[in-house]
Amino acid sequence: MSELIVGPFNRVEGDLEVRLDIADGRVREARANSPLYRGFEVMMQGKDPRDALTITPRICGICSISQSAAAAFALADAAGAEMVPMGAQVAALLHAAENAGDHLTHFNLFFMPDFARDGYAGRDWHARAVERFTAGAGSAVRRSVEARAELFHIVGTLGGKWPHTLAIQPGGVTRTPTASEKVRMRATLRGFRRYLEEVMFGAPLEDFAALESVEALLRWNTGDAGLFFEIAADLGLAEMGRGSGRYLSFGAYPLAGGRAMAQGVFDGSVAPLDTARITEDVSHAWMIGDTAHPEEGRTMPDEDMTDPAYSWCKAPRYGGAAFETGALARQVVDGHPLARALVDGGVLARVAGRLLELARLQTMMEHWVDTLDTDARFMVPVTIPREGRGVGLVEAARGALGHWVRIEGGVIANYQIVAPTTWNFSPRDAGGVPGPLEAALVGAPLSEGEQTPLSVQHIVRSFDPCMVCTVH
Amino acid sequence: MNLLWLQAAGCGGCTMSLLCAEDPNLFDLLEGVGIDILWHPTLSEATGDETRLLLEKVEAGDIPLDILCIEGSILRGPKGTGKFNMLGGTGRSMLDWVQSLAPRAKHVVAVGTCATYGGVTAAGGNPADAVGVQYDGAEAGAALAPTFRDPTGLPVVNVSGCPVHPDWVTETFMLLADGALGPGDLDDYARPRFYADHLVHHACPKNEFYEYKASAEKLSDLGCMMENLGCIGTQAVGDCNIRAWNGSGSCTRAGYPCINCTAPEFEEPSHSFTETPKIAGIPVGLPTDMPKAWFMALASLSKAATPRRIGENAVSDRVEVPPSIRKPRR
Repeated sequence: MSELIVGPFNRVEGDLEVRLDIADGRVREARANSPLYRGFEVMMQGKDPRDALTITPRICGICSISQSAAAAFALADAAGAEMVPMGAQVAALLHAAENAGDHLTHFNLFFMPDFARDGYAGRDWHARAVERFTAGAGSAVRRSVEARAELFHIVGTLGGKWPHTLAIQPGGVTRTPTASEKVRMRATLRGFRRYLEEVMFGAPLEDFAALESVEALLRWNTGDAGLFFEIAADLGLAEMGRGSGRYLSFGAYPLAGGRAMAQGVFDGSVAPLDTARITEDVSHAWMIGDTAHPEEGRTMPDEDMTDPAYSWCKAPRYGGAAFETGALARQVVDGHPLARALVDGGVLARVAGRLLELARLQTMMEHWVDTLDTDARFMVPVTIPREGRGVGLVEAARGALGHWVRIEGGVIANYQIVAPTTWNFSPRDAGGVPGPLEAALVGAPLSEGEQTPLSVQHIVRSFDPCMVCTVH
Repeated sequence: MNLLWLQAAGCGGCTMSLLCAEDPNLFDLLEGVGIDILWHPTLSEATGDETRLLLEKVEAGDIPLDILCIEGSILRGPKGTGKFNMLGGTGRSMLDWVQSLAPRAKHVVAVGTCATYGGVTAAGGNPADAVGVQYDGAEAGAALAPTFRDPTGLPVVNVSGCPVHPDWVTETFMLLADGALGPGDLDDYARPRFYADHLVHHACPKNEFYEYKASAEKLSDLGCMMENLGCIGTQAVGDCNIRAWNGSGSCTRAGYPCINCTAPEFEEPSHSFTETPKIAGIPVGLPTDMPKAWFMALASLSKAATPRRIGENAVSDRVEVPPSIRKPRR
């Protein structure tokens, strides 16, 4: 048996170190270390609760709107208030644009470039992968950042800038869009649809969103998605990095009529989410304290970094079990037939879940722009109480994100954040149960002499980890 | 020229913003200038052992380095070890890497307010002991000494902003590539003057409201946000309203205040970000270049002269009273 330490781990957001125990050419055990601690939860203590709207988005530059929305919903909850319906719709539109942009970035900049590596020279598809996806240079890489930048014009209009907008507030959004901006955003979305249909999918989005089986998925042979499925079939990515089949989604895009994508937990079937069952275990985190519900959780780093801990990341569990979260989880919980067919997880399933969501998001964004009532109110003032508790649950691109706030004497007494990659890349818990990534890496094959195994890279990146959110 | 980009303790948002560069896209722009990315955590193929080998070669001087970019603050905690931010797989802190690589580079560029001055990572009592590359807040001397200069005589170039505008970074690169950025082109906090000589106030769409001190009372009102909502665009450097963000945006255009994110220590304004502190009803922190008595005199005069259109629109979330149309005289 031997040990490999993999890092720095790039083309993930932030940095990561993975320790692998290797036996018989396969990963026997894996440990994920989130090597950055900044202490946002500590910073928040004693601050005016409204400042969470400025500070928490800056936890993450790729999920910034997600953090912003979670903070706004948590404060609204503490105040017993709700966003006005059109305010919630603009918040959803801003958030969906970020999530769509993130899915695009993941596919084109983070995930696909690995197939352009020399290690795959000689495969039927390798020359095409090199032309399209060579890191920082491929034709698809260049085209995707242009499409993303144009999509984010919607964020420029409604949110001022991306990342780190302050437009989303507990009572709605600060910017009232005009009728001319509405038609302008519609034009921007038409351009994004054209990009998705001509480049990413090579066919109408509705056709992709209508897929129901893995067989039909692997027959999809148009656009860059088609190239991925060809590669996936050749390399057996369906079987690589399988998950536990347990999925969690807080439900995406809270609107006046409910969440646009369902909230729930899936373990063979969907059950309602009970947030009281969420805990964070710190047995293998460089943190002092005991397992606690986020409402009572503390963040006290162990500055001596004592064993057996090996990461700054706490280990969130639901009903004591590890759950995977992300686009695939969202689509499984939402009941999409293709996602249900992919329920065993794995590299193919996670990437396909993201592509499926991208196709569906376009239609949702179009609907939200079409139904914007520019004569309505987009924000009402909300007074934050001097005493109170609130929770904000949203879905970042990478999965379930929750903010728990307790306000005492007009200031923040405690602020706890559980981010998607906190779930996915959690270390072991007190029972020795590994986090979802650690479990998915077990059995990953290594080629002779590999120091940074390709299979490990595919599996890690299939989760689209956001390491800056993970510990925060 | 080649470029090595390291992400220390930040959110990665400056890279994410940089990828919003348009006309042309980031990759075409860098290629056009002849800037070759040696390694970037978001953009490069190399990972793990390939990256470690590359960093070792740069450190040993085997690969000459033209531009070292640092994004994110440098953490000195816990207890001065820097171990709150280790570079994966290397067993070394980012503090150590930055101190070792900076003297190897022809230029060092700190990208974003975390890397320049500590930024949001240093907020709330600074739990991780975060500083910038060359500044600890407004004071020079941090991970690198105050006296640090690159071989061309430049200090660490501080492209501040939370996040940075993509053009601030790309134009800094292009000026460096042209040899057109000298010490005189940086302001007192080492920010490039091409954007730091402007104020966020310049071209702010709320300027007419400001002229009459017609103030917004709550977020979403159209009026000027200086008097009540914490806006410090009249003091904050940045051409945010001149060149616009993500197409046509800016903070004040989107109806929320400028929080002075290009400045050292913006993260601790000692009041809520969206509320203006006042003494006896008068906002503290008036424009820096103007005598206070003159400001007060002009403000009270202009307030008294506020036209109905501006007064009503200031406290509305949309234009309620359009400008009066005067027909041409015949």
